[in-house]
Amino acid sequence: MSKAWTFGENLNTDEIIPGRFNITIDPLELAKNVFCEIKPEYAKSVNAGDIIVGGQNFGCGSSREHAPIAIKGSQAKCIIAPSFARIFFRNAINIGLPILECPEAAEDINEGDDVEVNLATGEIFNRTNGHSYQARALPDFVLKIADAGGIVNFLKEHDIEELMK
Amino acid sequence: MGTLIEEIFSRRAGRPVQAGEILLLDVDYIMSHDNTTPLAIKAFREIGKPIYDKNRIVLHLDHAYPAPNVLAAENHKKIFEFVKEQNLPHLYHQGVCHQVMIEEGYITPGAIIIGADSHSNTYGALGAFGAGLGSTEIGVAWVTGKCWFKVPETIRIELTGKTQHGVYAKDVMIYIAGLMGMDGGTYRSVEFGGEYITSLPMNERIVFPNMSTEIGAKCGLIAADEVTLEYLRAQTPAQGNYEMIRPVNPRYERVVKIDVSTIAPQVACHPDVDNVKPLEEVAGLEVHEVYIGTCTNARYEDIEIVANILKGKQVHPFTRVIVTPASQRIYKKAMQNGLIDILLDAGCTVTGTGCGACIGRHGGILAAGERALTTMNRNFIGRMGSPEAEIYLASPATAAATALTGKITDPRELLGK
Ligand code: SF4
Repeated sequence: MSKAWTFGENLNTDEIIPGRFNITIDPLELAKNVFCEIKPEYAKSVNAGDIIVGGQNFGCGSSREHAPIAIKGSQAKCIIAPSFARIFFRNAINIGLPILECPEAAEDINEGDDVEVNLATGEIFNRTNGHSYQARALPDFVLKIADAGGIVNFLKEHDIEELMK
Repeated sequence: MGTLIEEIFSRRAGRPVQAGEILLLDVDYIMSHDNTTPLAIKAFREIGKPIYDKNRIVLHLDHAYPAPNVLAAENHKKIFEFVKEQNLPHLYHQGVCHQVMIEEGYITPGAIIIGADSHSNTYGALGAFGAGLGSTEIGVAWVTGKCWFKVPETIRIELTGKTQHGVYAKDVMIYIAGLMGMDGGTYRSVEFGGEYITSLPMNERIVFPNMSTEIGAKCGLIAADEVTLEYLRAQTPAQGNYEMIRPVNPRYERVVKIDVSTIAPQVACHPDVDNVKPLEEVAGLEVHEVYIGTCTNARYEDIEIVANILKGKQVHPFTRVIVTPASQRIYKKAMQNGLIDILLDAGCTVTGTGCGACIGRHGGILAAGERALTTMNRNFIGRMGSPEAEIYLASPATAAATALTGKITDPRELLGK
């Protein structure tokens, strides 16, 4: 099962991972302290494939990539929110952490719900209450980056122009 | 045909583009600083391809410079070694990156600049597209010379009227942050225009795109005009014949109209930049530190406003008043014109240039229970040190008035009239 972990509005990058832990860029190290001040139980009991559900403007604040890296390091499958802060959105895509914009799902999903997500189609199904939601499908180039495991890996094998082809 | 951002991107793409399209565009300059360059170097090494064009890379040491601890020193060392190894031509340690980018002529109308810093939006003040992004993308742009962008929808903020005496661009922008909220401009290009904007000199204009970041905008833009071209000619090495790109029959998602003559001095209060109040509602709150600095408000004219208010007076004995000029050039001019003497005589501490206390690494860190009033753009909890300290944002004039009394004070009381 994929458990949902819910968060509030305007969650900033310091709440995702406080600046004092940004002395490393090791995803697994960062993951140990992800959300430590606002939801300390997350890092202890998250399972690979769990899903983060946030509020408006998820990931606002600094341009540091530590925040999405920490979430990716925790093995979460994706983030669902009504909207993301712009730089967080880009950073997440570029490091290969899928993010879905879906206000209905973000509103309706409760902490602990069992949620299934199809990244290619944007379909979200909440097994706990039987509701389904439709996020916008991710653009092709985003899926290409996600499939390669991030833009750095993509560029090892391809030219940047291939992103848009 | 389109909004300012559509016009700028259309020229670069070589065809008309519209909001919603995703483009891969050539970038003119790729900016990063001591905080973000090390991660970009890591991405660059992992990609394993050569630099596309060294001339487009501009590096700064400003966030923790001179190094306040060993970790920062290691970062600086890493950057110097990289610059030598790759033989990069543009490395600066002359002040806050955004100010130096403008002073050194990297920012020109219609240019596309990406920076590993969230306030790279600042460049929009000169009609350039400037946007912040993460270090990985900086490393990617070093080897490709390109970056992907989604053409954003535009919110137009139309500013009319004249501000009252003692009210500055910063007050107007703080007011806008309160009105729009922290996510009011998310993914959007925010175009600032109207007779108020066109009447402003460059130093005041810069405040708006700079703080468009605080309302979540992708970029904040002001169309280039004669003021822009004159500023470039007189104050920077950028001496080209730049096109004054303007919106042409634009379709805005939203137009927000504000008459600035109704705005009184404003303060963005702890703990959010959109927790905005007219100054009179918080007047009298005790302040332990006044910090005048950063890419938002530490230009020559800001320091001049502060010096005029402090001249011949003494700052409050229990308030630390710290002035960090945004760049070496500003520092030097302030020194030559006697402003630094005035500040020192009034009891201020004038520090070296750079980001200073803005990110709580050095030069004015706050203790628990303390309150600061600053000319910064951001008041996140813990930004200047202890998470139990409070940060209030205001104009340089309000900062100077507050420095004298040790309490949040309306500058109009001191400016006369
Ligand atoms: S002065 Fe502050 S806001 Fe500006 S670039 Fe430096 S740290 Fe960022």
